[in-house]
Amino acid sequence: MADQVTERIKQDITDNPVLLFMKGTPVFPQCGFSAAVVQILTTMGVKFKGVDVLADPEIREGIKVFSNWPTIPQLYVKGEFVGGCDIIREMYESGELQDYLKDHGVAIRA
Amino acid sequence: MAIDAGEIERLIKAGFPDAQIRIDDLRGDGDHYAATVISAAFKGKTRVQQHQMVYQALQGRMGNELHALALQTAAPQD
Repeated sequence: MADQVTERIKQDITDNPVLLFMKGTPVFPQCGFSAAVVQILTTMGVKFKGVDVLADPEIREGIKVFSNWPTIPQLYVKGEFVGGCDIIREMYESGELQDYLKDHGVAIRA
Repeated sequence: MAIDAGEIERLIKAGFPDAQIRIDDLRGDGDHYAATVISAAFKGKTRVQQHQMVYQALQGRMGNELHALALQTAAPQD
């Protein structure tokens, strides 16, 4: 993977407390799994930035290598990889995601 | 680019010989599966690490031939 791509990913996850690598945009998700994570974050009132990997093939491949994770979406909080769709859904349903975000200083709707 | 449930199970079993595995073909199209994997190998691992271990066992098929595999992993209860 080109160093430049790694640097861009690192910069992005450092600059954005909650960052979702996804297919499509938060307003127009292009994949059901990405849409599910957007919906969870939106329901919780979490401010996040979406990176559309369909618009950027280098990031699309780069992020899979960077995270050692083969699928999109991928959620990063404060620079840490939290999980893909299954993990986020499971954490949300158990209430763990809410605690995780609070512990990391991310505001959620009470 | 479909893969059959038996092949998924075989790959996971090869990676986790002790595992209890359940595979469901969600739409009957050979492309959207759900897998539950319970193995002692997951003990003490984070969920991200557990899923990474399963993806490793699938040897690059996840995200390629295998488009969608909803994954649930756990260590056996004592």
